[in-house]
Amino acid sequence: MVKQGVVPDDFNKPFFDAANEGRLVVQSCTGSDRLYFPPRPASEICGEGESVVWKEMSGRGTIYNYCVVYDCPVASLKEDLPFNLAVIMLDEDPGILMYSHLPGTAPDEVPVGAAVRVIFEETANGQKVPEWVLVE
Amino acid sequence: MTTQMAPESMYRSTEGLGVWPHRGKVAAVGIGHSPTARRWDGRAETSVGAQSIMACRQAIADAGVDPSQVDGIVLVPVTTTGAHWDANTPVPQDVVNAFNPTDDPLDGIGQLSSEWLLKNMPELTNVKFTMYAPGCMSAAIVIAAQAVGDGLASTCLVLKGWHNLEGRYNHGGISAANEVPGSFALSPGRTLWGAPGCYGTALQFAQYCTKYGKHHDMMAPFMENSRRNGLLFPEGYWAQHRPEQLPPEDYLNSRWIAKPANLFDNDIPIMASAAYLFTTAEKAQDMAQKPVYILGHASSRGTPRSITPTLEEVEAETDSTGRKIYESAGISADDLSFENMYDGFAQFHQFHIEGLRYRGMQRGDALDFYQTDISIEGPNPILPSGGNIGSGRSRFWMHTDCIQQIQGRAGARAVTGVKPEVAVSGGPMPLGGNFTVWSATPD
Repeated sequence: MVKQGVVPDDFNKPFFDAANEGRLVVQSCTGSDRLYFPPRPASEICGEGESVVWKEMSGRGTIYNYCVVYDCPVASLKEDLPFNLAVIMLDEDPGILMYSHLPGTAPDEVPVGAAVRVIFEETANGQKVPEWVLVE
Repeated sequence: MTTQMAPESMYRSTEGLGVWPHRGKVAAVGIGHSPTARRWDGRAETSVGAQSIMACRQAIADAGVDPSQVDGIVLVPVTTTGAHWDANTPVPQDVVNAFNPTDDPLDGIGQLSSEWLLKNMPELTNVKFTMYAPGCMSAAIVIAAQAVGDGLASTCLVLKGWHNLEGRYNHGGISAANEVPGSFALSPGRTLWGAPGCYGTALQFAQYCTKYGKHHDMMAPFMENSRRNGLLFPEGYWAQHRPEQLPPEDYLNSRWIAKPANLFDNDIPIMASAAYLFTTAEKAQDMAQKPVYILGHASSRGTPRSITPTLEEVEAETDSTGRKIYESAGISADDLSFENMYDGFAQFHQFHIEGLRYRGMQRGDALDFYQTDISIEGPNPILPSGGNIGSGRSRFWMHTDCIQQIQGRAGARAVTGVKPEVAVSGGPMPLGGNFTVWSATPD
């Protein structure tokens, strides 16, 4: 499955730059140490005197649950229907969630609760994004 | 007259606010509905503007008031079901010219301003208060109730109109682009991963089934009941255009959209407008219909922490909403004659009614409850309106039904297993909805 190309915005560029380098990073705030995902402008996270830092994650997670998508609005994904669309909880903080097509896992054969690890997949314009595969 | 979006201070969105100070002092009296249609056919008389005028005039006439008595309007300016006017398509001037236009040629076609409405309802000569509410009728209702209670208006129209244009919404535009901004790629809802509109709810439902050992098939009695009730709603889309029951085999054999959500778990987008006439409890005594008193209102302002709401977030928020609803109205779950909570996706409904502890149910009980008698004839009616599943995506059938049931005007849809005295309606989402408690008496 080749996803649409991605053009990073200013506030999420560090996330996508890290993905191109094979690293998974998420935002945190110097004031609270709480993790944030998806990325958002610093003004939505931090108070006065605080700043956003990008923390590198281990790239390990667990499958929260999933659906099998049979009808998809994104034109470039339609030829791959049906496909899994799972939500992954990061090991560092299960409240931080990321989407995954679970490449290598057949549709509707998803082991909920199973361990997964991050990989980085090229989109249509070469920008990489995180994807997740089952830990063998 | 400049119309502002309702300020956050008009909502009751936190626990601990106590009983609503205007409990029983505001009433719904008149109801107006336009006909429904699957999509706009391009004619002036079927535009969202025309349909909204029709609904307002019906609500005024239904209440038996003179239009000059109306001194307030609360409406939702956004009218899209998801479809937006294509910037490359000329606006039909014959439609624009059929009305008194505003500076925006799409007013009355792809949106609705208070200015447009007032320009095209010249009989409203005494309107001194106008306010916008976001999204749905559920929001407009709580704002109008608060406005009348606060004395900002005494005879107030509450209006929501919908337009539905050609095409499948979300399937064009950015979904067809070769490149997307990073913010879209990672945004909650629509993303690079191709989630359809019902995905978030379907994911929560999948987790619900995992957590409580339930199955999608258990939704069938609810779906059959909703369509049955919807077909008894003469104002609704299915009753007007496709009078087909939804037996379990048809529901269960439908194609998947995002398994475990199938086609019928998604409500059908339609064109329709509805209006209510709210007034003070005192003034309501002199009007043509039985007043339905508002005991309280409550709102949810929960937001998901990450990319999509989890079941756990939904359960925590709907628990809180249930507590706020009862606190505001000064009632308990035992006082509810019936419920009309949101259903458009069908799999929202169990989250809402479990949050209410409707008929004593606890978390994980709703789908078992659906296997019992949930009909309008029984002692435990579920969604007697049929909701958005039963009558199409308007997000206002639930409110109309509460008013009509309590007024004794629900016709063939009347609940008979309970006396319709106190009811709750609202939505849409578990995170972000607005809810109202209706009563046959002010106390």
